[in-house]
Order: sequence, then C-alpha cells, then structure tokens
Amino acid sequence: MIRVQTEDFDIGAEVAALTAGRTDIGAIVTFSGLVRDANGGSVASMELEHYPGMTEKELARIEREANERWPLQASLVIHRVGKLLPGDNIVLVVAASAHRQAAFEAASFLMDYLKTRAPFWKREDTGGETRWVDARESDGVAAAKWKV
Amino acid sequence: MKLLYFAWVRQKAGVAEEDVTLPGDVRDVSGVISWLRTRGEGYEAAFCDLSVIRCAVDQEHGGFDTPVAGAAEIAFFPPVTGG
Repeated sequence: MIRVQTEDFDIGAEVAALTAGRTDIGAIVTFSGLVRDANGGSVASMELEHYPGMTEKELARIEREANERWPLQASLVIHRVGKLLPGDNIVLVVAASAHRQAAFEAASFLMDYLKTRAPFWKREDTGGETRWVDARESDGVAAAKWKV
Repeated sequence: MKLLYFAWVRQKAGVAEEDVTLPGDVRDVSGVISWLRTRGEGYEAAFCDLSVIRCAVDQEHGGFDTPVAGAAEIAFFPPVTGG
C-alpha cells in the first residue's frame, strides 16, 4: 500500500492497522525519516514538491519490486508533501514478513529505491532564503547495490 | 503535448506546465531540450547543465535518447531528493 499525503502519520497506528486480524506475520521492520536541520538551527521549514501521478506510479512500482524479491506479508510506504518543519515525520516504510531477514532487507530496499526513483524534491527555507536540496551521490550508490 | 517542469527547473524556466506542438524534426528528449533552449533565457538557464537534468516520458523515467513520438507528457526535473 502506498500513500502520498500532507497529513502526519502515526507509526503505531499504521503498524496496528497492517497487522490487525493476522497471525501470519512474524517480523515487522519500520523505517521513518524525519525533517532534519542539517545546518544547525538555520532551517526554518522544508517544502516537499512532487510529481502527482508519477509519484504514485513510481512508489507502486518500487513496492511491487520489493514484493517480488522478498516474501512479504504486507508493506506500506507513506510519503508526506507540502510544508514540513524540522523534527516532522516525512516518510514511513513498513515491511512485514514471516521472518526478520526479509523484512529488514525489503525495508532497506524500499527506502534506497524511493530516494533515487520517486519524484520528490526538497526545498529548504532558512527564513528569507530558499535552497533546493542537492541529490547525494551516496544515495545512488546505496540503490545500485540492489541491482534492479 | 504537455511539458512539465519541477523544482528549480520549473523556477528557472519560469513555467510549471505548458501545452506545446513540437517541431516535426524533434525525435527524442534531447531534441525537445535543444528546441526549448531556443525559446528564451529561462529555458536556456534551466537546461544549461544537462548533468543535473532528469526526465520522464509519460510518467516513466527516461533518458535523453528516449523517443517522444506519440508521448502525451514529458517532464523535466533535477535528480530526486525525497525520503
């Protein structure tokens, strides 16, 4: 399941909804990303822009790929858009499987691919000045190791 | 055909989306970019460094050599920075 939304999410509630009424899940790995003030107090807010339509298609493709590679009982990707503040939730990935290894690997894969394929762009507002965040080479390296 | 621009590409080009009719000799994404660069300073500024330009044809990641014949939508944007 994928969701692109402006609203915050509750990790506990999302995991509870994913596992409700099921007894086949033995392992759940969650990753959540927060808006970080990389410049020590200078980032007042962040604007998340995306490409409506393509974003959902790419996230669905990434999730489908994860489900083909690992035996997942359930998966969830939530990405927020719009204006966010330092400390706010920005992304949630949940991978549920019978055993931990698949859940760990799938969650890691989902994040690595989301970061290099899903059409989102971050703009930092330092209070008067705005700056588009540059892509990191290390994200490309992290995604490349999965050899899609 | 619809052209879309995101993030700083949108800001430099000065437009978020537009409907255009491409010249008949434009065959691929690189041809679209060459044509756009003749349309004004904003486009020239947006597309002066192609190492930081990514594109999607009909909402699928593409390359500069991706054909555009029959495409409904082409988008230009910087490398993605979500997550």
